[in-house]
Amino acid sequence: MSSAINKPVNLKKSIIDAIVAGLLALIVFGPIVGIVLDGYGFNLQPARTAVLVAVVMAGRFLLSLFLQTPKGLRILEGFEGSGGGVHVLAPDYKSRLRWIIPLLIVIALVFPVFANKYMLTVVILGLIYVLLGLGLNIVVGLAGLLDLGYVAFYAIGAYGLALGYQYLGLGFWSALPLAAIAAALAGCILGFPVLRMHGDYLAIVTLGFGEIIRLVLNNWLDFTGGPNGVPVPAPTIFGLEFGRRAKDGGVPIHEYFGFEYNPDLKFLFIYAVLFLVVMAVLYIKHRLTRMPVGRAWEALREDEIACRAMGLNHVLVKLSAFTLGASTAGLAGVFFASYQGFVNPASFTFFESALILAIVVLGGMGSTVGVVIAAFVLTVAPELLRSFAEYRVLLFGILMVLMMIWRPRGLIRISRTGVMPRKGVAP
Amino acid sequence: MMDGIFLQQMLNGLTLGSVYGLIAIGYTMVYGIIGMINFAHGDVYMVSCYLSAIGLAVLSLFGIDSFPFLILGTLIFTIVVTGVYGFVIERVAYKPLRNSTRLAPLISAIGISLILQNYVQLSQGSRQQGVPTLLEGGWRFHIGTGFVQLSYTKAFIIVAAFVGMAVLTYIIKYTKLGRMCRATQQDRKMASILGINTDRVISYVFIIGAAMAALAGVLVTMNYGTFDFYAGFIIGIKAFTAAVLGGIGSLPGAMLGGLILGVAESQFSGLVNSDYKDVFSFGLLVLILIFRPQGLLGRPLVAKV
Repeated sequence: MSSAINKPVNLKKSIIDAIVAGLLALIVFGPIVGIVLDGYGFNLQPARTAVLVAVVMAGRFLLSLFLQTPKGLRILEGFEGSGGGVHVLAPDYKSRLRWIIPLLIVIALVFPVFANKYMLTVVILGLIYVLLGLGLNIVVGLAGLLDLGYVAFYAIGAYGLALGYQYLGLGFWSALPLAAIAAALAGCILGFPVLRMHGDYLAIVTLGFGEIIRLVLNNWLDFTGGPNGVPVPAPTIFGLEFGRRAKDGGVPIHEYFGFEYNPDLKFLFIYAVLFLVVMAVLYIKHRLTRMPVGRAWEALREDEIACRAMGLNHVLVKLSAFTLGASTAGLAGVFFASYQGFVNPASFTFFESALILAIVVLGGMGSTVGVVIAAFVLTVAPELLRSFAEYRVLLFGILMVLMMIWRPRGLIRISRTGVMPRKGVAP
Repeated sequence: MMDGIFLQQMLNGLTLGSVYGLIAIGYTMVYGIIGMINFAHGDVYMVSCYLSAIGLAVLSLFGIDSFPFLILGTLIFTIVVTGVYGFVIERVAYKPLRNSTRLAPLISAIGISLILQNYVQLSQGSRQQGVPTLLEGGWRFHIGTGFVQLSYTKAFIIVAAFVGMAVLTYIIKYTKLGRMCRATQQDRKMASILGINTDRVISYVFIIGAAMAALAGVLVTMNYGTFDFYAGFIIGIKAFTAAVLGGIGSLPGAMLGGLILGVAESQFSGLVNSDYKDVFSFGLLVLILIFRPQGLLGRPLVAKV
C-alpha cells in the first residue's frame, strides 16, 4: 500500500465517480422528490431534484478526491481492520473527570435557582433520557445485546404509576420501586428464553415485544383507556402536595411551611429526585463495570464462545444485563409519567426506542460520559432548533449511519483503568 | 355461513400471504448471504408503493389506460427504480461496514429505515396517498348458505406473486448468477477464492430483494389503493416473521412462511378479533424464535469459532 501513497491524484476517476453518483441520485431522488403525488395526479418539482443531485455529485467528487490523498488512503485501510478490543489506560492514569464531575454537580445544584419553568422541563426531559440511555447502555453497550423494544419497559414504568394509582391507589414513592421491579420482571420473562439463542434474533424479538406492549395499551380500552391515555397523580412528599389546593386529603406544601405558592414547585421536586436517582444510577453503573459481572458483560460482548469455554454462564450474565437495563427504564417511566401528568401509547412508539439507541450509539457504546452528553444533545438540541423539527428524524438516521461508518464504537472510546501489582507484595 | 367466512378469509389470507412471501425473500436472501437483518427492507417496500403510484400517475398522463400496458409499465418502472434503491443502500450503508462489529450493520440499517421514512414524508407529505381502482369486478361462488368473493385484483395478485417466485426460483437454481449466489451463501471466503466477485454478488442479492419488494408494492397498491410513509414498518416485521417461520436463509421457506402467516393472520382476524391481529403476528414471531428458531425448512444454526 505504501507505493500508492505517492500516486498523483487521478482527476478523471473522480469525475467519473461523480457522474455515476449523479446518475444514481437522479434515479433515486427523481421520482420521489421530483414528482409529488396530489390526489390521483401529480406536481413536478424539478428544482428540488436538481439541488439534491448537484449536492450528491459535489459530495461524491470531493470524497473521491479526498480518498486519493494519503490521509484518505489511511482511512480506507482503516476499514479493513475491525478496531476491536478495549483500550487500557496506564495504571497511574488520573482521569480529568475528577474535576469535571464536582463541577457538574455544583452546576446542577445551582441551576434551579436561575431556571424558569421552561428550562426546568427541558432539563428534566434531558435527565429522563440520560436515565434511559444509561439503562440501554448496559444492554447494548456493555453486554452487546441489541434491544429494539426498550421503550416497552419505559411504558411499563409509566403505566405502572398511572394504572397503579387508578386501580390500587399507589403514589409516586411506592410506584418508583414497584415499577422498576415490574419492568425487571418483564425483562426477565422475555429475556430468559430469548437470550439463549442467536444474537440478531434478540433484536427482532424485542422489537416485536415493544410493538405488542404498545398495541395492547392502545387496544385494551377497558383497562388502559386506549389512545386517550390515563391521568397520572402529582407526586407528594411525606403527604405534602405541590398543588395550590389539596386534592388527595393531604396538605399543600406551601401552606404547611407557610411560604408563597409557586407553580414550578412540582417540577423542582421532580428535578431534585430525578437528579439524585441519576447520580445513584451513575455510581452503581460505575461500580458494576469494575465488578466481575461487569467484566463478564464486556467479555461476552467481545467473544461469546471463548467466555462459554471459560465456564461463564452466558444466559445468566446476559439476563442480569437485560434485567438491570429494563429496571432503569421502568424508573425513567415513572418520572416521565409524573412529569407529564398523563400517559398515552403515542409516547411509546418505535421511534422512541430508536432515539434511545441513537443516544447510546452516539455516546459511544459502553461509555457513561458519552451517553450523558449525547442524551442532552439529542433532547435539548431539538428544543433549540424548533424550525428544523421536521428534519429531526432524518438527521438522526444520517447520524446513525455516519457514526457506524466512521466510528462504530462511538465518539468517546471506552477505556479501562490498568492494574499493577502493589509494591512490597510477594509475586 | 361459517364455511363462507372461513373460505373468504382463506382467500384473503392467501393474497396477503403471497405479498408477505415476496417481501420475506428480501430478508431471507440478505440474511443468507451476509448474515444481517436488513432492517430497512420494509421501508424499501414502502418506497416502492409510492413509486408505483407515481408510475401509474405518469403513465395515465401519457394517455395509456389499457390495463395490461399500464400495469406492465408501472411494474418495470417500479422494479428498476426500487432495484437501484437496494443497490445504493447497500453501497452507502452496509458495504463500508463489512468488517465492522456485529451490531454496526444492524444499527446502520435502522438509520436507513429512519432516513427513508422521513425523506418520503418530507418530499411527498404525510397524508395518505392513493391510486384509483384499476380492475373492477370479480367472481362470486355460492357455497352452502354463504358465498365467497374473489375479485380480479386478488386473483391477479396471487398469480403475479407466484410467477415472480417461479422466475426467482429459476434464476437461483439454473442460472450462473444463481450458482454464484448459492456459492457465496455457503462460504463467502471460499467463493471469492474461486474467482467469484462476492461484493458484486451481494449487490445483486440486494437488487433482487428490492425488486421482489417492488413487485409486492405494486400488487398491494393495486389491491388496497392507499398507503402512507409509515406503511413499511408493520409489514416489514411481518415479512420478517414469515422469513423466520419458513426458516431464514431458505427461499422456499420464505414463500411457505409468508403463505402460512397470511392465512393464520386472516383467520385470526376473521374468527377471533381484528384489533389484535398485529399482536397475534408478533406473538407468533416471538414464539417461533423461542421454540423453533431454525423455522420450518431451515437448518439449525451452529456457532463456529
